Amino acid sequence: MLRYLVRRLFLLVPILLGVSLLIFFWIRALPGGPAESLLGERATPALVAAYRKRYGLDKPVYQQYVTYLKTTFVDRDLGVSVASRRTVFSEIRQRFPATVELSVAAMIFAVGLGIPLGFVAAKRHGGVFDHLSLVGSLIGISIPIFFLAIILKYIFAVRLAWLPSVGRISVLIDMKHPTNFYVLDAIIERNWSALWDVLKHLILPAIALGSIPLAIVTRITRAAVLDVQNEDYVRTARAKGLAPLTVDRRHVLRNALLPVSTIIGLQTGLLLSGAVLTETVFAYPGMGSWLRDAIFSRDYPVLQGGILFLAFVFVVVNLIVDLSYAIINPRIRYS
Amino acid sequence: MSVVELEAREIQLEAPSGLWSEAWRRLIRNPGAIVGAFFVLCFVAAAIFAPVLAPYGPKDQNLLLIVKGCCPGPSSKHWLGVDLLGRDVYSRILYGARYSLLIGVVSVSIGLSVGLVLGSVAGYLGGFVDSLIMRCMDVMLAIPGLLFAIGIVAMLGPGLRQVMVAVGVVNIPIFARLLRGSVLAQRENDFVLAARSVGVRRPTILFSHILPNAMSPVIVQGTLAMATAIIDVAGLGFLGLGPQDPATPEWGTMLTDVNDYLQTAPFLAIVPGLAIVISVLGFNLIGDGLREALDPKLRGRA
Repeated sequence: MLRYLVRRLFLLVPILLGVSLLIFFWIRALPGGPAESLLGERATPALVAAYRKRYGLDKPVYQQYVTYLKTTFVDRDLGVSVASRRTVFSEIRQRFPATVELSVAAMIFAVGLGIPLGFVAAKRHGGVFDHLSLVGSLIGISIPIFFLAIILKYIFAVRLAWLPSVGRISVLIDMKHPTNFYVLDAIIERNWSALWDVLKHLILPAIALGSIPLAIVTRITRAAVLDVQNEDYVRTARAKGLAPLTVDRRHVLRNALLPVSTIIGLQTGLLLSGAVLTETVFAYPGMGSWLRDAIFSRDYPVLQGGILFLAFVFVVVNLIVDLSYAIINPRIRYS
Repeated sequence: MSVVELEAREIQLEAPSGLWSEAWRRLIRNPGAIVGAFFVLCFVAAAIFAPVLAPYGPKDQNLLLIVKGCCPGPSSKHWLGVDLLGRDVYSRILYGARYSLLIGVVSVSIGLSVGLVLGSVAGYLGGFVDSLIMRCMDVMLAIPGLLFAIGIVAMLGPGLRQVMVAVGVVNIPIFARLLRGSVLAQRENDFVLAARSVGVRRPTILFSHILPNAMSPVIVQGTLAMATAIIDVAGLGFLGLGPQDPATPEWGTMLTDVNDYLQTAPFLAIVPGLAIVISVLGFNLIGDGLREALDPKLRGRA
């Protein structure tokens, strides 16, 4: 297990270097070069030269790459945002918790609803509920997130006015943010009205972002329960007279949840992608809306650092998911 | 009658009517696939016959229709109402199908053809070439899909063609991985060994013996990729990275501005959204149906 972990960690290095190279050359391939793209219409030769010097673009490419690696992995500030003049890393520290909070809320929604739905659908295999769940999950993966987000916003924020439509927290609420995870912050500060406000802001974006994972979790749970139900050990458990509920809980669900846990891990990339759209609709100040704005303001340090950071998170989460299989499922042993 | 002849006859008797005809029979018995085919047919028909079906041009404006800052809803003259600039929404949806279909087909073709070549070469040659290609694919897969597409569009600049390329490139590693696995599985078959032992050349073995047998998962993935491509393209359009001429009736772009008019004109969001859902649902249903029809192991299960 430990050897496997070490080998996987070593394999991360070439992948991350590859991603950094890809992003590095991507920035260099920008039409007219990064200095011209940054300056836009104001690009006079003198200004361009000054910019090139300031950002080290006049040096040979390999030196630039080394400098870039240094700001990325040694200084770990990822450069300075053109729009805000703050280091990219300090902005990430502020915005990444928002996206994590949103993703976790979306996953709680998807798993909390998807597993029971899939389980009941499998138990009533072939029945009306089963068919409804299949149709529902197909529609779920076919609705674009941003469309669902707009509809939810229209119904619950505009029409019914039950929930707020934009942001993470109401402007009137004054609270310290020691962690930038607002839910945690509110609990730490024991500010219960702020907690309620933050949760209310989370509901709609989380449902929109969680819709596709919900559909997938429901489908996989249903298929897995159907599979497990016909296993010999389940028949044995029933034959020896265990209460049906105990059989379901201890023998069916526990084994059926293995493939489900795999799928949950695989949703990370989807959540990070979906966050861009969801955050845009709800003006939610996370990584997604930040990167979107960076495209329009041509904030290349932000795009470069932000995408690299998210790729890093994605790869690490995938590794953790792979490792967690061995812990959840004792039948898998890595060597 | 010799033993060889007897065996030959037995094999002939047992031979199934062919993978494809059997799959076809299973497919047309699947109600989901039929519904999906109907949706896709409507979508393709709307795209092809848009100029005939649409009562107005996609860019025809009639600002006289705008009352009190926004737009009247469905009426007998404008079945799905008019948008902020007095353009007929129904006509724009029909013309929008052209863009979605075109973008979907082109981007999936890019992903499929490049992925097909890379994946089958990697799987068939193995060794260093395999490692090199697949590590590059790993790097591409390390960036979440839509973010990768956004990065590419940021590099190429917004626009219709750029979006097609971006969504296509994102699809490359998915197809490459699929093909590689498929080719690896087929490579060990007896018919490949047989072909090699009678001296068939390597490219011929790959293209006429291995690839045709490795195609069925690719067809399934291709159909499902059409669905994802339509969603991704609409997403990029929604983010404002799609066609830069705001008059272009692209479905995702049509959803961009309506955010501010939800209160007064919700149908402006609902109509293009539903158009996307229906076409995506169609491809998903056909893809699922194809998967069941082509995979004998899944037969009889939902």
